[in-house]
Parts: sequence; C-alpha cells; structure tokens
Amino acid sequence: MIRLQTRGEASRVMALTAPLIAVTLTVVTGAILFEALGKPAGPTLHAYFIQPLSTRFGLSELLVKATPLVLIGIGLSIGFRANVWNIGAEGQLTLGAITGGALALAFYEVDSPLLLPGMLIAGTLGGMAWAAIPAYLRIRFNANEILVSLMLTYVAGLFLSYLVSGPLRDPDGFNFPESRLFHDAATLPTLMQGLRAHWGAVIALFAVIAAWVFLSRTILGFQLKVLGDAPRAASFAGYREPRLVWFSLLLGGGLAGLAGVIEVSGAVGQLNPSISPGYGFTAIIVAFLGRLHPLGVLIGGLMMALTYIGGENAQIAIGLPVSVTGVFQGVLLFYVLACDLLIHYRIKIGRPVGVKA
Amino acid sequence: MVTDNPNTDPAFTAPASAAPPSRAPGTPDLLTLTDIRKAFPAVVANDDVSLSIKSAEIHALLGENGAGKSTLVKMIYGVLQPDSGDMLWEGEPVHLTGPSDARKHGIGMVFQHFSLFEALTVAENIELALPSPGEGGPSRADLPDLIREVSRKYGLPLEPERVVHDLSVGERQRIEIVRCLLQEPKLLIMDEPTSVLTPQEAEQLFETLRRLSAEGCAILYISHKLQEIRDLCEVATVLRGGKVVAHCDPRTESTQSLARMMIGAAPKPPDRDGAKSLGPVRFEIRDLSQPALSAFGVALKNIDLKLHGGEIVGVAGVAGNGQNELMAALIGEVRGDRADAILIDDRPFGRIGPRRRRVAGACFVPEERMGHATAPDMSLAENSLLSASRRMKLARSGWIDSAKRDGFTTEVIEQFNVKTRGTAAEARSLSGGNLQKFAVGREIAQKPSILIVNQPTWGVDAGSAAAIQQALLALAADGAAVLAISQDLDELFAISDRIAVMADGRLSEAVETAKLTVEEIGLMMGGHLEQAEAARA
Repeated sequence: MIRLQTRGEASRVMALTAPLIAVTLTVVTGAILFEALGKPAGPTLHAYFIQPLSTRFGLSELLVKATPLVLIGIGLSIGFRANVWNIGAEGQLTLGAITGGALALAFYEVDSPLLLPGMLIAGTLGGMAWAAIPAYLRIRFNANEILVSLMLTYVAGLFLSYLVSGPLRDPDGFNFPESRLFHDAATLPTLMQGLRAHWGAVIALFAVIAAWVFLSRTILGFQLKVLGDAPRAASFAGYREPRLVWFSLLLGGGLAGLAGVIEVSGAVGQLNPSISPGYGFTAIIVAFLGRLHPLGVLIGGLMMALTYIGGENAQIAIGLPVSVTGVFQGVLLFYVLACDLLIHYRIKIGRPVGVKA
Repeated sequence: MVTDNPNTDPAFTAPASAAPPSRAPGTPDLLTLTDIRKAFPAVVANDDVSLSIKSAEIHALLGENGAGKSTLVKMIYGVLQPDSGDMLWEGEPVHLTGPSDARKHGIGMVFQHFSLFEALTVAENIELALPSPGEGGPSRADLPDLIREVSRKYGLPLEPERVVHDLSVGERQRIEIVRCLLQEPKLLIMDEPTSVLTPQEAEQLFETLRRLSAEGCAILYISHKLQEIRDLCEVATVLRGGKVVAHCDPRTESTQSLARMMIGAAPKPPDRDGAKSLGPVRFEIRDLSQPALSAFGVALKNIDLKLHGGEIVGVAGVAGNGQNELMAALIGEVRGDRADAILIDDRPFGRIGPRRRRVAGACFVPEERMGHATAPDMSLAENSLLSASRRMKLARSGWIDSAKRDGFTTEVIEQFNVKTRGTAAEARSLSGGNLQKFAVGREIAQKPSILIVNQPTWGVDAGSAAAIQQALLALAADGAAVLAISQDLDELFAISDRIAVMADGRLSEAVETAKLTVEEIGLMMGGHLEQAEAARA
C-alpha cells in the first residue's frame, strides 16, 4: 500500500531535488515513447539532449532560444509569486515585437545609435500596454486576468498578421506577409562572429540578477511574496493589492514585450507572423520548473530551450515528428507539478509499522 | 493524586457495551491506553502514556500547549498512529486506521482547530462526516432538520444552509460539536470547547455533557480553564512534557494545585497597581457604522468608544457579533467614507490605511495568528517586516535592512521568550502559544501608544497566557491605551479597567470592571443590554 504522509514542514532538499526527479522521469518517459515510435531510445536521446550541446553552433542556438524564455519567465514568476496569473505573455511578446519593430521600420535606414535603445524601450512599453488591459479590468471590474490575458494573445496574433500583410508589408516582398529585413542599426549585435547568439542573452542574465535582488532585498518584492503567500496577512500589513497587481502585470508584460523586440531584432530580423514558437506559453513552464525563483528560471529556461533545439535536431537526425517537442514540454510540466507533492508529503510504502495490535 | 492502574486484566474482556452504564469501580474500562509512545522528527510528543476511561465518565486531560495532549487525542481518534504501546477499546485490542474507523467504534471528536471545508454549507460539512444513507446515516433531505433539532436541544444555534466561509470561529465550533453529537458517540473528545461561549452557554454545554454522561457516554475533556475542569470532571490526567505526571480527582484539588501539576509551578496572577492615573484620549471611535463584510456577517452600528492612555478597555461578546468587522475597521483593512470615524490623538484616520495608522502610534494583533497576523510559510524575520517595517525603520527607501530586521526579531524572541529555532524559522513551525507570543510581542516591542488586540490568549497555554496578559498590563502602565477584544471573561476581568460588550454589531458603554459582575456581562452578551443596565442601576 502506498500512502502519503505530511512532512509537517516543507522539505528544502525536496524543493531542490523535485525538479531533478521530474526531469529524470521525463527522460525515462521519453525513452519509452521513442521505443514505441520504433526509434532506438539511446541514439534518439543522444540526438535530443547531448548532440546540441556538443557544438559551438548548438550552444549559440541554445542561448538564442533561452533568451526570450528566461526574460518572460522572470516576469511571470514574479507575478505568480503574488498570485497574479498572467497567461498572456505570448500576446505581450507579440505587441512588444510590433511596437519595437514598427519603430525600426519607421526609421528604416536611419543610422542612429539611439535607434536600438529606442526599440527596446518601445517594445517594453508595448508589452506593458497589452498587460495593462487585464490589469485594469481586474482592478476595476474584478475580471479574471487569466482569461483576459489569454484571449488578448489571439487578438495580438491577428493584429500582427494584419500589419505584416498590410501597412508594414515589405514593398519588394512579392506579397509575402513579411516586413522588410531590419537594417544594421536596428539589429542587436551578435556576441561572437558567425554565430546567432546576441546581446539579448546578456540582457536576460541581467534581468535574472535584478529580479533576484528585487525579490530578496526590496520591500516591494517582499510585499508581492506576502500577497501570494498569505493575502490576509498582506491586508493586515496594509499592502495595497491593486498597486501590486498593476505592478505584477506591467512587469510581466514589459519583460515579455522586451523579449519580443529582442527576438525580432536579434534572431528573426524582421516582422512576420511566426516570430515566436510559443515562447510566451513555454515560459509558464519555465517559471514553475524554476520554482518561481530567478536562478531556477535561468536553469529552467536553458532546459526548455534544449527541448526546442533537441527536438529540431532529432527531427533532422532521426526523423521524429515535430510535435514530439510539444509532448516533451507537456510531460515535463506534468512531472514538475506532480513532484511538487514531494515537498510537503513523503511517500510511505507498506502498512504503518511499530503498532502492536 | 493516586494513579489508577490501567486495567489490563484479561478477565475484564466482556463486551462493555452490553453492560448497563455504571460507575462502580469494577466496571471494565471503555478505553485503556498502556505505554503509548509517539515521536516526531524533532520531539517525543508522548512517552509511556497510560490512562483509562470508563463509560459515562467525564475525564479531564490537562496540560500546557506542547505537553502532548493534541498528539494523544489524535491517536485516540485515529488521526495519528502510535509508534508503540497498546490501546484497548471495550476490552479488545484495537488498531484505529483513521478517524472514520474511530467513529465506527463510537469515538467522536470536536477539534480545537476546525477541519471544515470553507466553501461548503454547514449541512454539507456535517454530511461529509456522517455515514452515507446506505450505511445507516441520515438522508440528505432529513439532515437539516436533524441539525436544527440537535442544535436547539443543546443550545448551539446553527443555520444548516449557511456557508462556512462566512461564519465566525465561534459558529464554526458549534458545527463541530453538533457534527459529533449527531453520531451518538460512546466517547466524545472535546478540545477546548468553551473558549467561545458565554458563561450561560458554557453552563448549558456542561448540562449537555452531564446529560450525555448520564446516558452512558464517556467524555474526554481538554481545557486550560482549571475552574471548568473542577466543576465538570470527575477524573483528571495531567500531562507535562509528553509524560503523565498525575492522575487525580479534580473536585478534591484546588485551582492552584491543578495549575501546579500542569506547569510545575502555580501561574503568577497578573499584577495590578491599585491607583491609576488616566492619560489623555489616545484613540477614539466616533459613531462608526459599517456594512457587514459578507452576506452573513454583522454590520457595525453607531459604535462609540474612547481609549485613554494608561487604561485597558476590554470588549466582551460572543464570537460573530461584529468583532471581526470591528477589528477590520480599527486596523484599517476596511475603511469607510468618514474620516472622523476613527481618531488617533484627535487626528482623523477613518480613511487612512494600516501602515500610516501604525506610524501614528497604533499597533494591532488580529485574532488569527496563522495567515492573518503572520504569513505561515515565511520566516519570523520576514514576519517582522509585516507590521514593524515602517515604525521600526526596518527598511530604508524601499530596501530591506536585514541586520535591523533580524535584530528586531531577535529582540522580540528574547523579550517574549518565544521558543523557536531562531529568526529563520517559518511561522508555521511554532506552536500556537509561541506564535501568539511572537505576534503580540512584535507589536509591543514597537512601543505603540495604542494597542488593539483581538483574542490575545485564544488557545494559548496558561504560562504563555499569563506572560501575554502581563505584557499588556505593563504596556498600559507605561501610558499606552490598550483595547482587548476577547471571549474569555476571566481574562477581561483580570486585565481590564473598563469593559464594554458587543452584541449584534452594537457596542455597549464601557463600564468600570469593579462595578460589573460576570452575570451582568452574560446578559449583555445575550443582547439584553437594557436589562443588564437596569439590573446595575
């Protein structure tokens, strides 16, 4: 008989090892899945998890994918800490890409060192504006921010499609729904010659450190944690919930917007309808995988980035279907949430011992 | 204090339920525990505990918080399993696998910390604990009437359709009591049942318990109120530090001797200075009215009160008469339109939030220490920031000053003798009494000019309660104005200079304690304000 027994106090060891157990279980499940698909598990896992990390090109691609995941994951994790459930980071990313990208296109071939910083700011503001809608509706009408932010994602996606097939379409682009390619002054410089990894990775790393300091050292960060952990204690302390909800959503939206403009300026180089393979949603997994802690988000972001490029690599090398990547991410989130149980409970197998009947 | 030898003679294994209830010494025991031991990772909660309970006996279990009473009764109720030791039920060895198993044997329990589903109604919560109609339980349609009947019979007013979320602590406890009584148990375990009842209601409950006992039901009665135990119980088992220190007949003991057995030394009664000089009015509530916080809450109606420096004013009343609404308004969690409804040192604070009220000198201790006064999963140091960060300047321009924060927390822990691993311990790891000492100490250490405290010693052991009361008296002696809302009348009489009573959202005039009797207050709590005033005049 398997029983769950409360630990009484949350286990710190388990809080750290639970994600590792989840990753292990995901890999085991993956191996079974590959065998079932008729692919040898060993080489497939190697193609998935090892090969991408063994080349400079692979590592650079890892950084490219991890940059938006970490940036968005940081913003979301801070909001989740405060029980503010922003599920629409994908839409906020899209808006950031639009506002930042539109600025780049408006100043096409203007060589100014101010253009790039201007784009980053415009992108951030775009994401914030999109997140302000659920924030306002929640505070004013008590509308559920999960639904509002999620639905706005689709609005943002269609808006982008409209723009790139209309006003922002490349005039020399044979009617493809794409903008012009950004010129050099509007492109984030790469970190190393010949590789795609760009300065966005440095910005993401900076965001990790800033968030860590923010959560551990500032009163505002503390207030967000209290609001999430014990809302009544927050009201006893006198923290103003509306202000904290506004802050959480604007921060999450701003970082998602920043990730959006960094993605189009650094990795994509233009506006098109497929600028993001769902980074805004994957970042939700990243936030939980990282235990809503900035350093955890950094690790989680790198891990999820690996599932993206590993999936692509396995698709090419072994011929796995592309949807395996999505399955992998879903399985991972499932195990992460399931393993959370181990933090507060221990598993006991067998009958209770020591009782003389 | 002669120890009863637990009866383990195999000759006494006849089914006790068949025998008529009798108090003759030869009656087989209903429940016998022998050498029960239970250890948790950090502490041995019960060590070699033996006791026996006979049918129809009202048996007291006495001990401070942390003495191991809760652990022991949880094992009797099947929530926990002992590490070793024997348990005999009606002469047969028994191994309880869980509360439902215990209930099948005829053991019922009223917990001190209620296990109710907040989102469900009273009737639904009770239904969950009863056997399904197929197994002999009442049908869903009959249940509301059954509940009304039992609640009327035992004087525990309860509306089956109300949602638990909207109920006060006192009302929630009534659900637990009624839930047990519906199952007609052979042994009823009651953990601090009277803490939220008026004297009359408590007396009525005692009548209920005596009647149950006369019908053959044994009662294991846990309480810190020594007088109550002397009035009600015929046998007492005293626990200290997880071990049985005495079996005795409380009727032949004095309150002092019981207290000595329990805590090893008689509690120090709070010191009172005879002569007192009142300071100026520090805090004033002026014609405060406020709608109910929820559909079933209580609206506040025209509340007036002046608090002078140097005095303690007590607010008596049964739970659910507007105390929660009053506390929310005084803290500033809920604010009305009128700025002059609340005055601190004659300045209007009616529309100003808790943080600026604290800066102006008012500190607060709400009733629920876990989740309201403290964030359970956060460390004590972090919990210091909740209410002390501005007043004690634990943060500078938005940045937490961790050295100051830890220093302040250490000061609270040392000054108020909070037993804990240290400033990094999570609030939830503390026992109830220790967390309460922290929650009260955190406010007093800020040297407030006004302290407003709700249920300062609810569910706290005698030693901690005395320490908290002493600290409140010392604070008032230093010139602060103290308002104590409490359902414990003994406490209010011990510490208050004046007492006002809350009933149905109204607050009576505050009357000098010396001029009041317990009976008058009981009348006022029942809503008979005029009658009580007439009786005094």
